[in-house]
Amino acid sequence: MSDLILTPNIESHDDFYADLLAAHEGLSKAESDAYNARLILILANQIGERDTLRAALDAAKRKG
Amino acid sequence: MNKIFEVPLYAYERSEDQDAPTPVRHPVVVIGAGPIGLAAAIDLAQRDVPVVVLDDNDKVSFGSRAICFAQRPLEILDRLGAGKAMVEKGVEWDVGKVYFDERQVYQFDLMPEAGFQFPAFINLQQYYFEDYLVQRARALQAEGKPIEIRGRNKVEAIGTHDDHVALEIETPEGAYTIEADWLIACDGANSPTRRMLGLDFVGRVFEDNFLIADVVMEADFPTERWFWFDPPFNRGQSALLHKQPDGVWRIDLQLGWDIDKEEEKKPENVIPRLKQMLGDDVEFELEWVSIYTFQCRRMEKFRHGRVLFAGDSAHQVSPFGARGANSGVQDTDNLIWKLKLVMDGHAPEALLDTYNAERVHGADENILNSTRSTDFITPKSEISRVLRDAVLDLSERYEFARPLVNSGRLSVPCTYDGSPLNSADALDGGPHRTRPGSPCPDVPLGEGFLLPLLADRFTLLTIDADAPDGFEEDGIPVTRLALKSTDDTSRALARRYLGDAKSAVYLIRPDQHVAARRDAWNEDLFRAALRRATGKEL
Ligand SMILES: Cc1cc2nc3c(=O)[nH]c(=O)nc-3n(C[C@H](O)[C@H](O)[C@H](O)COP(=O)(O)OP(=O)(O)OC[C@H]3O[C@@H](n4cnc5c(N)ncnc54)[C@H](O)[C@@H]3O)c2cc1C
Repeated sequence: MSDLILTPNIESHDDFYADLLAAHEGLSKAESDAYNARLILILANQIGERDTLRAALDAAKRKG
Repeated sequence: MNKIFEVPLYAYERSEDQDAPTPVRHPVVVIGAGPIGLAAAIDLAQRDVPVVVLDDNDKVSFGSRAICFAQRPLEILDRLGAGKAMVEKGVEWDVGKVYFDERQVYQFDLMPEAGFQFPAFINLQQYYFEDYLVQRARALQAEGKPIEIRGRNKVEAIGTHDDHVALEIETPEGAYTIEADWLIACDGANSPTRRMLGLDFVGRVFEDNFLIADVVMEADFPTERWFWFDPPFNRGQSALLHKQPDGVWRIDLQLGWDIDKEEEKKPENVIPRLKQMLGDDVEFELEWVSIYTFQCRRMEKFRHGRVLFAGDSAHQVSPFGARGANSGVQDTDNLIWKLKLVMDGHAPEALLDTYNAERVHGADENILNSTRSTDFITPKSEISRVLRDAVLDLSERYEFARPLVNSGRLSVPCTYDGSPLNSADALDGGPHRTRPGSPCPDVPLGEGFLLPLLADRFTLLTIDADAPDGFEEDGIPVTRLALKSTDDTSRALARRYLGDAKSAVYLIRPDQHVAARRDAWNEDLFRAALRRATGKEL
């Protein structure tokens, strides 16, 4: 079983979201894409578990 | 400069078969004296099975081609009498450096696991490998072993029958026909045998070209593997520099899809490219240049009645990860003992279908690995390039990203999980790496090593366990090798074969793969395991 959390779990969610937007500020489209890619890889490493990562990949496929 | 590949090694000689009134029947004919055909023939001759090898050429491989030989193939080649010569001549390396854009992002040390007779891998030109195999075949001939290599014998037509195969052969002195009980087709990626039998070869072509150059230089580059992603001297592409013996360096330059191959191959175009890479002041001489388009594909089945396919004729991979020749050697290692048992009437023909099952599994593993490497090295879409570059950028600062960098995963032997020849694992606490289906890992034993003691026949390996000295089932002998865990002071034997178990008994196949294991001897169960391992329970 995967441990993917799909209920609210982000501490100070509004602050996090603002940080995410701020991180992209002033970046070109290409720089933003590269930044996102690095971020995904860093977060994936934090999760580590194959099943959880797979569940996250699947969850992201579903739009609403 | 080394031009061994220009000297005829098995020159054409007229054979008695050419003057026979009716076609002569041979037990086994091998088409192709490439590395895989030669390995098959040597294995057969060592088991006293008469074999004729036909090759349309009379020289070793042109250019160096395969240069990286991994531990498991070296162990197999040691059993075939060529492994030690290869290691003596070959170059060993441990350090790899990865460059991205203009900078080195990281370097790694392979730190190979200790306690093996053979190194993790060596670099050696394919022509040396073939030369050693030909020398070994000659030595076997001198001992009176039934092996013959016929140069400039080109197979032109093949007729398949229920109990034999007929071959029409073209020579400088005209055509003749022979027959074979069994045919092993080792005639390379463009296999004429495959074509003549109308068989498929499906897979994926990578829309990319690579320039492969061997240069001779007196440079003081260290013995390391250097890989560049998107370097200034080959923008948007990749490059590889690898050392071989005799001051020869292998250079791979990715060229992209829309190129004129003939133009790119001309020295006046190659030399400036290499100068950009090596620097203007480095003196070098071109030994061999070639341009390749990579394919990853395999035949649906490696056995078609009395015709068995092995090596590149059966499967083709991209060179990243050095799996071509390495996996072909594992094909023949798997095939020959089975063929010998079937020919001697000690096993049913169905045993040969397990050659297909096990080596298709191996080929799929190799194709998967080499496809992934190729996808990393040559990203196929904008987003895959973005992700690839992100991995490379991160790898410079953060260790976690380095394992994701894929410039070729080096060939490791295949475990035949799920093979119909395996008995269920019955060794509680036994190590995962020696579960049924696994190739036996080597272990130091005093002055020697374990693997040479397991060669060519079925072995009952006992560790801190009692058992009879051997047994026989349906004419197949099994010999015991009795060891104590204390025989190896480095404790590798206990780590690799006992794990948490107190004792162990292993049934080991002639190709050094584990067929069955349990904690103690049990006659009925080991007889059943032997029957299973020889295809009698299929
Ligand atoms: C650039 C490059 C780099 C590579 N690097 C590596 C590496 O580092 N490590 C690795 O393991 N592999 C590597 N490989 C792959 C390796 O070279 C092949 O996997 C290997 O040569 C296959 O051996 P083979 O005996 O199956 O076929 P081949 O070597 O192709 O031999 C086939 C033989 O069949 C003969 N033949 C063909 N048709 C007929 C006929 N009609 N009648 C009689 N004879 C015939 C040919 O003359 C030839 O001698 C590389 C390949 C390339 C191209």
